[in-house]
Amino acid sequence: MEDKSDLKYSPKDFKSDQEVRWCPGCGNHAILASIQKALSELGVPKEKYVFVSGIGCSSRLPYYMNTYGFHGIHGRAAAIATGVKTVNPDLSVWVITGDGDSLAIGGNHFIHAIRRNIDINIILFNNEIYGLTKGQYSPTSNKGLVTKTSPFGTVEEPFSVGELVIGAKGKFFARTVDNNINLTTEILVEAARHKGTSVVEVLQNCVIFNDGIHDVVAGKDVRDDRTIILRHGEPMLFGKDRKSGLILEGLKLKVVRIGEKGIKEKDILVHNAHEPNPGIHYFLANMRYPEYPVALGVIRSVEGETYEAAVAEQIKRVKEKSEIKCVDDLLESGTVFVVE
Amino acid sequence: MGRKPQFIEKDEVVIRFSGDSGDGMQLTGTLFSDTAALYGNDLATFPDYPAEIRAPQGTVGGVSGFTVHLGHSEVNTPGDYADVLVAMNPAAIKANAQWLKEGSTIIYDSDSFTESNIRKAGYITDPIKEENLQDYNVIAAPITSMVKEALKNFGLDPKSVLRTKNMFVLGMVYWMFDRKLSYTEDYCDRKFKNRPEIAEANKIALRAGYYYAETIEALTPVRINPAPIEKGKYRNINGNTATAWGFIAAAEKAGLKLFVGSYPITPATGILEELAARKDLGVISFQGEDEIAGICSAIGASFAGCLAVTSTSGPGLALKTEGIGLAVMAELPLVIVDVQRGGPSTGLPTKTEQADLMQALFGRNGECPVVVLAASTPTDCFHYAYQAAKIAIEHMTSVLLLSDSYLANGSEPWHIPKMSELPDIKPPYARKENEPYIPYKRDEKRLNRYWAIPGTPGMEHRIGGLEKTIKGTVSYVPENHEYMIKMRDEKVKRVTEKIPPLNVYGDETGDLLLVGWGSTYGHMLTSVKELREEGYNVSLACFNYIYPLPSNVRDVFSKFKKIAVCEINLGQFANYLRMNFQQFHFYQINKVQGLPFTVKEIKENSIKLLEIK
Repeated sequence: MEDKSDLKYSPKDFKSDQEVRWCPGCGNHAILASIQKALSELGVPKEKYVFVSGIGCSSRLPYYMNTYGFHGIHGRAAAIATGVKTVNPDLSVWVITGDGDSLAIGGNHFIHAIRRNIDINIILFNNEIYGLTKGQYSPTSNKGLVTKTSPFGTVEEPFSVGELVIGAKGKFFARTVDNNINLTTEILVEAARHKGTSVVEVLQNCVIFNDGIHDVVAGKDVRDDRTIILRHGEPMLFGKDRKSGLILEGLKLKVVRIGEKGIKEKDILVHNAHEPNPGIHYFLANMRYPEYPVALGVIRSVEGETYEAAVAEQIKRVKEKSEIKCVDDLLESGTVFVVE
Repeated sequence: MGRKPQFIEKDEVVIRFSGDSGDGMQLTGTLFSDTAALYGNDLATFPDYPAEIRAPQGTVGGVSGFTVHLGHSEVNTPGDYADVLVAMNPAAIKANAQWLKEGSTIIYDSDSFTESNIRKAGYITDPIKEENLQDYNVIAAPITSMVKEALKNFGLDPKSVLRTKNMFVLGMVYWMFDRKLSYTEDYCDRKFKNRPEIAEANKIALRAGYYYAETIEALTPVRINPAPIEKGKYRNINGNTATAWGFIAAAEKAGLKLFVGSYPITPATGILEELAARKDLGVISFQGEDEIAGICSAIGASFAGCLAVTSTSGPGLALKTEGIGLAVMAELPLVIVDVQRGGPSTGLPTKTEQADLMQALFGRNGECPVVVLAASTPTDCFHYAYQAAKIAIEHMTSVLLLSDSYLANGSEPWHIPKMSELPDIKPPYARKENEPYIPYKRDEKRLNRYWAIPGTPGMEHRIGGLEKTIKGTVSYVPENHEYMIKMRDEKVKRVTEKIPPLNVYGDETGDLLLVGWGSTYGHMLTSVKELREEGYNVSLACFNYIYPLPSNVRDVFSKFKKIAVCEINLGQFANYLRMNFQQFHFYQINKVQGLPFTVKEIKENSIKLLEIK
């Protein structure tokens, strides 16, 4: 993908003429703004962006972007995007999806896109509910959640997005919160620049059917103490006073306080997003309140060969070696007999 | 090689190679067909094998067969009844006894006729007697012991020695039909390039079989002279390979990259395999995680400006249904190939059937028209794949191409076309002067929308599965929905103007018109030719364009006293014709056994229909 840093865009260059139809107060508005801001910073020509989506509230987003867009069918955005990117690696391909779209009906495409490490950016809006169908539980709903299809509470364990990504050999996983536009923009830029499948989980609020579901960790008054923003090369510190931190104790992460029980700042783990071994990333991605702060930021970002590059490279190699250069050559290859 | 024996000249012969699914019968048959084609015979082949890779040894269910029909004149079917049966075990006798011509030749491996194999095949002591075949030309050849003997000083492990049995028997058949061994010997050298000892062992077995047949004078050798076919270059090709090549040719002609997104499924896998092998021509093949990923990746590739194809069989087509709807709504070019097999559900994965017709035509939610084509012969799979791609691209539509197991695996000689002879394919790209780009603005004649490829500055647009206005804005306006539905419908209907009229073989008026579609063509043509020679006033019309139908169908039908629709299902095409042409009465000739019609069946049924007052 070309990177023309002389290209000057502002977020409004990416706004389409369509009226945004999400509910007032929906977290999607802020995510849309973050995406438009991130795109204006990337220096990629506008015509090279393709936004692909599935079905659900999140998946309406491509209509609001003044870029190429494809609104697909339920769960299949990753597969559609795979086709787009494989045949034209020069495009910047984004998948806009939700917890139902990607983790239920589209689970298969989600994990296989990640496994192949195709260079697409999957932005997964996680509101732990089905919004567009008006309030049924999703694969990320907490066990016990009462919804229209679980009037007595769900009896299912939820998926953890990060765990699934790492289990599928994911090389890039980040988490953010819808209302933190600066953090989301920073993460989206990093996700876009990462070569390979980038998954960004956005903790998103559904104001109608699951309002406040993330407030317990991401509410303005509590978020400093209940989340930790990870940045590569920086110590894993959090809390309003930035005195809380993470250390490794045996095979588990542990929350400690600097200055208590002899803990010094140098004891705190330093985040290495580029470590190929996913062990610590797995722990970080799975941290749950109240035992731990919930990790935000780029948790894992590891380089690896991308699918579309490998495909192109293989075609190039075979082409160089083959004597078949055009269809006429093919038709006359092998055993041919002449009738005279 | 040896003395010159006397020959009998014959016009045609049907040879069936039959054995356990591990006996190498498919390869044996293929090598024999290639040799015959090189010699200049016309031919048709029909492989018939079980779904299991190694079905229980020695059982009738595990029998794998390969039939070759070769002739001095035109050959249109793989032949229903065999002149020569090669039976590698008693089960092969059981499976084929009813498919032998009276007095035919049976070569069997007497070493494999052990007590236990005989019983496994359902016989008591002697399969030949129990089938009442003792008056046939039965050749009991101790094939197993002879290959062991021929290779005894060769230092090969016993398993590899036994694997040359098929070459021995192939050698015998070559002598019986006066063929040269050189093509097969070259094949062995190529195939076992890195294991010359295996190549040599196979060649020794081949020659041993040849000389054995000569020594025992198995049969007066039969000579089938080359068929008087048109001058030019020929090759043998099966339906799946021809289909794959048709797409590659179309992509080259259109100046597009070819993308195939598929998932392995019998009997369509050969298309994906062949396309995956053609990286030298830039084909991008994607083996998806499932059928849905196959079609959705193809839709993505089409959006991004490729000729996109997805190949499957019935159960996979069911899974792709929603994806086809999306492609119809997005109005992007897409070719879906359904290589039909026995259904429903998993059904008969390796057997042939034509029962996906209704699924192809109507199996989607909403008003969801796609162009439906059907290929008739292994070689015309190339032509119809090319046409499917041409229509898809030029009309910005989905095209569903129907093939089936019989075409996919069957092969015949093919007069190789030149790329320069094939019609142009012109993608309807959106032009700059149309700015601003309107996604669903249509060509006035064809009604296709224009293709704007991501990466093109100034043509950014959004499309997808929701109903839209011509500007691409989501719309729930009732009148808009109806308008767009009618546009999509009319666009597909107008393809009629681009397709050839329905052809009639035989007289254009008469007592009986046999109507078929797709792969029944060969058997129907042979039947009609024979019936006409016998004095019956019968003609044939075989459909390749199923939706839309050719414009002259009514005319053709109106000139016959009776019309009978022959198909390998319970009457799907007959019902489709009833829906479209209510003024005619359609008789039906059907069969649903996982097998093609035999000529005999079609002829007998036709004569019965002619007798109805």
